[in-house]
Amino acid sequence: MDLNLDAPHSMGTTIVGVSYNGGVVLGADSRTSTGVYVANRASDKITQLTDNVYVCRSGSAADSQIVSDYVRYFLHQHTIQLGQPATVKVAANLIRLLSYSNKNMLETGLIVGGWDKYEGGKIYSVPLGGTILEQPFAIGGSGSAYLYGFFDQAWKEGMTKDEAEKLVVKAVSLAIARDGASGGVVRTVIINSEGVTRNFYPGDTHPLWHEELEPTTSLLDILSAPEPMNT
Amino acid sequence: MLVLIRYPYVTGTSVVGIKYKDGILLAADTGASYGSTLRYKSVERIKAIGKHSLLGASGEISDFQEILRYLDELIIYDDMWDDGNSLGPKEVHNYLTRVMYNRRNKFNPLWNSLVLGGVKNGEKYLGTVNMIGVHYEDNHVATGFGNHLARPILRDEWKEDMSFEDAVKLLEKCMLVLLYRDRSAINKMQIAKITEEGTTVYPPYSLKTFWGFSAFANPTKGAEGSW
Repeated sequence: MDLNLDAPHSMGTTIVGVSYNGGVVLGADSRTSTGVYVANRASDKITQLTDNVYVCRSGSAADSQIVSDYVRYFLHQHTIQLGQPATVKVAANLIRLLSYSNKNMLETGLIVGGWDKYEGGKIYSVPLGGTILEQPFAIGGSGSAYLYGFFDQAWKEGMTKDEAEKLVVKAVSLAIARDGASGGVVRTVIINSEGVTRNFYPGDTHPLWHEELEPTTSLLDILSAPEPMNT
Repeated sequence: MLVLIRYPYVTGTSVVGIKYKDGILLAADTGASYGSTLRYKSVERIKAIGKHSLLGASGEISDFQEILRYLDELIIYDDMWDDGNSLGPKEVHNYLTRVMYNRRNKFNPLWNSLVLGGVKNGEKYLGTVNMIGVHYEDNHVATGFGNHLARPILRDEWKEDMSFEDAVKLLEKCMLVLLYRDRSAINKMQIAKITEEGTTVYPPYSLKTFWGFSAFANPTKGAEGSW
């Protein structure tokens, strides 16, 4: 088996960001892999940049962490100099600046989401290469390949906070079901004028998808309720 | 010798531009692909530059966004002279040509093919420049697939001083062929117009496609088993 434990830590990942009327909901899986080994099955890929802006990280774990750290540092200084909270647009453009200037060396796709008093809830996509695109919703990471069709059908304008969060959890859960590089729990972060809420949805809270079975503690529990014999 | 060739990630496809009676028309779809995935479907690839120009771009979108920042700076610094003079399309095209060619010489190209059109003092201008610095002006230009599919149509059907309606119809003919035959094309596009009066980037819209050929319904009729 080719278990290369020295392979770079990469976040296969599924990341999602959805804006609703009043804020944004960010979502991600929790699997970090080195080659085929799952190095961390409970990672937190939704990272804080400021009180009101978070970023979903995908691709190389190292690259996304270092970019987040730099941008957090710059935003901290910016907030002090500005005298008020940074806007989501500024945070996203700082992410873009680093991603674009270092495009030859970095391998990370990021989704920036947050709330500010000028524009409300906003989502910005910064894929490989450093393009910046403002979108009503965004998906990223290897698991997102399985979600284009889902969002084409399921996303609609003017969702409530609860509808948006349900959509995010369902999406990440579906991607986890099909993408080997995504797994673990679904984490969500909801950001609006009132503040930030973190939620945690372990596997047993998701619905069962195709060909998945209800988890049990042991076969013995199934056997203890005997099935009728076939004659 | 440090060689720094890059490759593109998020790319836009063809841009087509033509001169018509009152000025220039540009057309491009609003798609940006990520390899073979049609990833983003609402990307504006035609932007107004200053008072007298329109820029359409195909290729890497992050590089196009950076070019827009360079042009922003160029226009602002020109404006700050406050001398009543403003950069025309010919000047902007020349600036872009120098930027593209110099980056190419450093083996670090901006991975785009650009169409620059505009009108100043009644004079219409339409030019193109690409990532290796090749640049020229003409009555009709196109990038990418547009070179192969749109330009032959334009060579045949373009004429001097077309009306706005005829020019739009001609562009739409080109865009429809591109939609049928370019797999990176999407059915959501924008047309932009520039005249002496100013620029208008029309809202995105979709074209009707035709599939009603009897041979399409039954391609192997009369030759069952073939394909």
